[in-house]
Amino acid sequence: MKSFQRRRVLRTMALATTVLATGLMTGFAGTAAAQERKSVKIGYAISKTGGNAGGAGITTLPNYQLWVKDVNDAGGLELPDGKKLPIEVIEYDDRSSAEEVVRAVERLATQDKADFILVPWGTGFNLAVAPLFDRYGYPQLAVSAVTDKAPDFVKRWKKSFWMLGGGHDYARALAAILADAKKAGMVNGKVAMISIADGFGIDLVTAARPAFKEAGIEVIYDKTYPGGTSDFSPMINEAKASGADAFVAFSYPPETFALTQQAQVASFSPKVLYLGVGTGFPVYGKNNGENATGIMSLGGIDPNNKMNADYRKRHEAVTGVAPDYWGSVITYASLQMLQEAIKRKGLDKAAVSAELASGTFQTVLGETKFEDNQLRQLWWTGQWQNGQFVGVMPADRPGASKVVLPRGEWKKK
Amino acid sequence: MSRILSSALFIVIVAALACVPFVADSYGVTLGIGMLGYVTLATAWALFSGPTRYVSLATVAFFGIGAYTVAVFSETIPYPLLLVTAGAIGLAVALVVGLSTLRLAGVYFVIFTFGLAELVRQLVTWYEVNVTGTLGRYIFLPVTPEGIYWQLLGLAAITFLISWWIGRSRIGLALKVIGDDEIVAAHCGIDIARVKLALFAISSVIITLVGAIQAPRWTYVEPTIAFNPTISFLTLIMALLGGAHRLTGPLLGAVPLFLLFEWLSANFPNHYSIILGLIFIAIVFILPRGVLAFAEENWRRWRKTEIKNLPAVAE
Repeated sequence: MKSFQRRRVLRTMALATTVLATGLMTGFAGTAAAQERKSVKIGYAISKTGGNAGGAGITTLPNYQLWVKDVNDAGGLELPDGKKLPIEVIEYDDRSSAEEVVRAVERLATQDKADFILVPWGTGFNLAVAPLFDRYGYPQLAVSAVTDKAPDFVKRWKKSFWMLGGGHDYARALAAILADAKKAGMVNGKVAMISIADGFGIDLVTAARPAFKEAGIEVIYDKTYPGGTSDFSPMINEAKASGADAFVAFSYPPETFALTQQAQVASFSPKVLYLGVGTGFPVYGKNNGENATGIMSLGGIDPNNKMNADYRKRHEAVTGVAPDYWGSVITYASLQMLQEAIKRKGLDKAAVSAELASGTFQTVLGETKFEDNQLRQLWWTGQWQNGQFVGVMPADRPGASKVVLPRGEWKKK
Repeated sequence: MSRILSSALFIVIVAALACVPFVADSYGVTLGIGMLGYVTLATAWALFSGPTRYVSLATVAFFGIGAYTVAVFSETIPYPLLLVTAGAIGLAVALVVGLSTLRLAGVYFVIFTFGLAELVRQLVTWYEVNVTGTLGRYIFLPVTPEGIYWQLLGLAAITFLISWWIGRSRIGLALKVIGDDEIVAAHCGIDIARVKLALFAISSVIITLVGAIQAPRWTYVEPTIAFNPTISFLTLIMALLGGAHRLTGPLLGAVPLFLLFEWLSANFPNHYSIILGLIFIAIVFILPRGVLAFAEENWRRWRKTEIKNLPAVAE
């Protein structure tokens, strides 16, 4: 008798849970109010916690906040009829999990019925959500995604825009600088190269090997290291002994900072020093002061672009931190493009996407336009000069600074 | 009579769940995928860890192997075979790992399984860096969310049947003896290593398949995405909440916890981790034997009958 009752309790509980679950799934569909619209819903899922929080917190999130404040302070997003509507933000934390970012974007699209969705941080996450953006018809302005496959993605997802180039672009620009320096007799054309065994490092190093070969640059030292490496002295000593006078590291921020310190300790001052992500962080320039001068990396800015200078000041004033010298300004520009496209076409997602693809926009980058849904007006290489990280490649782009080589010895503190 | 009733009920529930994609919107399907995924993971985890009380943190190792297999072979092998391949690789790894480690016990086993997930991740990374020279891989399979939902539902149903069958078979009885006292079990003539290995392998293959089925949703896979240790911890806590040595225990842990997490991340995105930690602590302190056992004990106490305390998994 007793066991029968227990079973019945169990079964009822199981049944109740199932019914509840089914009910919740169907019932979750909220009833969207069809009244007159008082705001524009902009949603995003971003890594506020977990492994990606560092990058997202520097390049992406502050710019979203700055943009929303800028727009709302100006009365809201302007629509074609001149009416202004304030932005209502819906923010989720994807906790650096791919499954979570997919679910959060699905929630934004179907539950919150966001008018537009901003992108998450990172190549992998932008790809994870790309099919969803496509299915629900949202334009996807993917900024922090470095990929050589952008032309393929554009064919697959017509409303996706790729704004940070691919590994080949950056590698080729560096190879061109080295080849020029070799031609001028400044360096011996030998390179020591290390890279992190992670998406970014591998992408760049596999692009760099053929690019260097093509440019007649000899790679005489080529090692990868696992993420989280903190002692680089063996690698630095081997690179020093290898006879190369150019040192290239496709590194992530912690290693970029460590490499800079440890190269100073080892008195290793190659004529060309190129480091990875993190070199373009304002704190890098602040920490290293004059010693940063001459160090090269990805990204950069045009120091004479007044709009960009204003943006940097405003960014620091509003968010409390200075923007980085690579993806930050592109992120802000992507939002300005979206804002302008909405002003021209309204809240129709398809029309806005078409306008983004074909229109020309005034942004903090200057006049900005997509080519085949990709932003190509980028600085492939930058260099620290006079306390600023300036763009040096492509050399023929207006506003480019001249590469200054060789970089001098470390100044001892 | 009751067996017919419960199997009829089981069939009705599975059939009802199979109809969900026709009535729910796509977010409902997404929720369903997440829920079914964790129900299957927790049930498969409890299949081995419940009766043996070997707390395994290797869930994500097998989950990731499944996802990665799909990523690597998605363009060369047709889809159904892809799942078979993933299952076979999961089985092979489970056998190798099982043979070498199931003699470990207690906390050593926990540490080992946690290390295993990290080891597999590093091996995949090493291979991709040094042999193929690419890290992320793309999965472009024409699998719809509804397709993933139905596959997961099928897998969940099979997992339940296996779990139910094992609970009633000789091997299930043997497992219970092992869980209570290995020495006694050995003296009874139970081949401890073989029983444990068989269970570990079944559980691992199911977990591998969950990873393989879910992978097409991500489009892009790299080791840090596929081998996210949170999956191991969530599975563990869900199974513990429900009660790891009951058939429906993991289900009753996974569904409410999943919905709770979803509600928390939608409404408290900034405090999620803090609340999650508090819930973990609460579960361990208040419900060490799971919701089911808790409900049952109190039910009996109320009926003034004797309470038999079952030892908790972690004890």
